[in-house]
Amino acid sequence: MPSLGADMQFGTIVDWRVKPGDAVKRGDVVALVETEKGVIEVEIFESGVIESLVVQPGQKVPVGATLATLSGDGKKLEPVTPPAAAAPVKQEIAPAKVATVPAAEESVRLRVSPLARRRAQELGVDLSTIAGTGVDGSITIADVERAAESVKTPTPPAAPAAKGLDIGAMRRVIAAAMARSKREIPHYYLSTTIDLSKALAWLAAENAKRPVTKRLLYSALLIRAVGAALRSTPELNGFWIDNEFKASEGIHIGLAISLRQGGLINPAIHDVDKKNLDELMESMLDLVNRARTGHLRSSELSDGTITVTNLGEQGVETVFGVIYPPQVALVGFGKITERPVAANGMVGARPMIDATLAADHRVSDGHRGGRFLLAIDRLLQEPEKL
Amino acid sequence: MTETEIRQTVKQALSNVAPEVDVDAIDPAKDLRDQIDIDSVDFLNFVIALHKALGIEIPDADVPKLGTLSGCVSYLAAKIEKGQ
Repeated sequence: MPSLGADMQFGTIVDWRVKPGDAVKRGDVVALVETEKGVIEVEIFESGVIESLVVQPGQKVPVGATLATLSGDGKKLEPVTPPAAAAPVKQEIAPAKVATVPAAEESVRLRVSPLARRRAQELGVDLSTIAGTGVDGSITIADVERAAESVKTPTPPAAPAAKGLDIGAMRRVIAAAMARSKREIPHYYLSTTIDLSKALAWLAAENAKRPVTKRLLYSALLIRAVGAALRSTPELNGFWIDNEFKASEGIHIGLAISLRQGGLINPAIHDVDKKNLDELMESMLDLVNRARTGHLRSSELSDGTITVTNLGEQGVETVFGVIYPPQVALVGFGKITERPVAANGMVGARPMIDATLAADHRVSDGHRGGRFLLAIDRLLQEPEKL
Repeated sequence: MTETEIRQTVKQALSNVAPEVDVDAIDPAKDLRDQIDIDSVDFLNFVIALHKALGIEIPDADVPKLGTLSGCVSYLAAKIEKGQ
């Protein structure tokens, strides 16, 4: 059972996508696992032939448990275990869903996992009466059991609301991760204001000549700049594990994505520094689309080496982020605002953005953090080179 | 293509980027981003979906015209009529 987040302790196998005797290769989706963050497609990290399925649908097992055994390449049977650390994985990019594709029907079908459906049958719960709280509004086992419980012992709504919000499973996971972060990580914060005049002018000129399918968003420039700046600041890219920093060779940037139905996830775009802007843009569109529709993969949830959050569209000027453990840094961007800027003896209005760094003082210090923000600024002054 | 069919295509495209949203409850005159809380990435995915569904090129300068459901329908209907 792979760990799909800092505070994931258990996962439930919803469905197997393979059976004994099937040949699999690294990166194939082999199972659906239900976690507090919804149903996730779990990839395999070794190639071979599925020998046996150890855990059956419906079973809840701890992180690290053997899910299946695998044979291949003349080796002895080996348990299928999650990767110990971030590893570069070939990213399979699916095209964005379009209006002519019956994606809605597919989503509806996937909103009830086979396991939740079976549990509903066992408990005699009518699925059509349940509002799912999982990703994409999917109905989880917990939803079914809650519904069954409410039928048996209807409780007035005032009871759970007595202490305030009705915190869902995802909220509890976020709470645990963020509490751990603030408890264990000595954060320091730095901020700088970046002039985006050149970047936005370049972007407008580029987009004017591009078809809609190749259009770029300014957030892609920001993420690309962060990825490139991390090359010279490796102490911000990696994990704090077992009281020491483990730098990551790959730069896998997690994007903080707020879900409209509540909660937050931060799936990663792999190898940002090796992607050009077009590839990065394509990955970003695909990742956000799949995050919204509940089709994320395990490696995307486990591999992030740093997080970027952009709250500019929510009107936020400056972001003071909380690091997502075991990562050691988070970069925040606020909204772009026109501000008066003095340059060469003249005052003019320029589009400016606040970039902030929240970093782990056990690993880096303000000097290095400052150099990192300066590198982002410099990169954004030459957008054509990104 | 009728206006009703265009409206249905727009709703389907919105459903694809925001599956949890009841698209039938959208006020056609109000800003889509405000009503269903979609960000710039969602919005670009929405515009790409319209392009693919209808085979219409949507220049970057025209994107603000797609801010409301009725704006989308008017803009797309005009483009279809002109054969663009």
